[in-house]
Amino acid sequence: MKPAPFKYYAPTTVKEAVAHLAEHGWDAKALAGGQSLIPMMNFRLAQPAVLVDLNNVSELFYIHPDENGGLRVGAMTRQRELEHSPLVAERAPLIQEAMPQLATPQIRSRGTFGGSIAHADPSAELVAVSVALDGQFRLRGQAGERRVPADEFFVGMFTTLLEPDELLVEIALPATPPHSGWSFLEVARRHHDLALVGVTAVVTLDERNQCQRVRLVLFSVGDGPVLARKAGETLIGQSPTPEAIRAAAETAAAVDIDPGSDIHASAEYRRHLAEVLSRRALTQAFERAMSNT
Amino acid sequence: MSDQHTIIVTVNGTPYERTVEPRLLLSDFLRHDLSLTGTHVGCEHGVCGACTVLFDGQPVRSCLMFAVQADGHEVLTVEALGTPENLHPLQEAFQEAHGVQCGFCTPGFLMTLVPFLEENPNPTEQDIRHAISGNLCRCTGYQHIVDAVRLASEKMRA
Repeated sequence: MKPAPFKYYAPTTVKEAVAHLAEHGWDAKALAGGQSLIPMMNFRLAQPAVLVDLNNVSELFYIHPDENGGLRVGAMTRQRELEHSPLVAERAPLIQEAMPQLATPQIRSRGTFGGSIAHADPSAELVAVSVALDGQFRLRGQAGERRVPADEFFVGMFTTLLEPDELLVEIALPATPPHSGWSFLEVARRHHDLALVGVTAVVTLDERNQCQRVRLVLFSVGDGPVLARKAGETLIGQSPTPEAIRAAAETAAAVDIDPGSDIHASAEYRRHLAEVLSRRALTQAFERAMSNT
Repeated sequence: MSDQHTIIVTVNGTPYERTVEPRLLLSDFLRHDLSLTGTHVGCEHGVCGACTVLFDGQPVRSCLMFAVQADGHEVLTVEALGTPENLHPLQEAFQEAHGVQCGFCTPGFLMTLVPFLEENPNPTEQDIRHAISGNLCRCTGYQHIVDAVRLASEKMRA
């Protein structure tokens, strides 16, 4: 099948792009990397009447350090850039841990950070990672700008808080606190397939090597990324022993998530994967935190 | 609802000016508008890799781009690699190592491997298998393709 006809705009500024979106409302779709949208259009699962191509909006392509030790990433930054950036290696190494699991190198040549976020696929690696890293998204519409925390942005399957006239323009990632560790694990049938279940964790220890902060995020377990708050609560103030980690992983799988069954995996299998991966992810993250000052 | 756009795309070093509908895929533009049928279409959803071309030097799925997006850019297809009388060392290696059976996946593999070998002139088997993980082959079982890449890297280092 081929895509249905559409009107095509190729703006060169955010202002122009937002104006096109405002004019056409829900009839328009922003085109970022196209690696998720164009397959849907090829199958006519998506038939936007208007496409606003962002690939010529040069002001959206950047990776900048911020003065607090974090990163500000333009929404159109290619996944391939993130994968090889020394700045990302230094300030958000979790992203580089996740990148090789994201589809294939050819997809990552075109796919973008912002596109993955705005598309909000429940199995998207960057969606889960942005929540684990406590990122903030900068959105721009006709009325101006607003910032939304990553853990509030994803409200349903392929659904975000973006209004029809709004563009995601930047992903802001805070500095990783000292004595922190991270991990990223995903199970998929083949290396580049969509995840059956994935887990990513960012943990911080205090001066006594007790758990100060845990962000355990599971993905491909429902409509969107799940920040496992109950599991995290069991660990705060505790020493991250194997027993404590096991208990947290059990809580994540039994309480924090409510996966469904589909042709790829049953709910029971997803819960099983969630528990095993949570245990491994937390173990690895805490080990890293121990060795990071 | 659809409009026509005039674009100039440089393909294998030659600029082509054409007027196209926005919904025309880059893969179909290359094959139908430019008669460059070396680029193959397998799945049209980005999984199989048969449509892989180089876009500004980077391997991309031409089935997941619109021709209008290539306006002002450079595309390299398998036709640029060599001629039957003067094959690229990678093409020679595929021939010698029996990395080709039906040939349908082959252009996609070649266009993926050209930039890979440029950046990794001495790859391990694991490097090679990781590099080709985005290209599907239904005939060979991949072993002879891996052998071909290893052979090509030796030829290109010599």
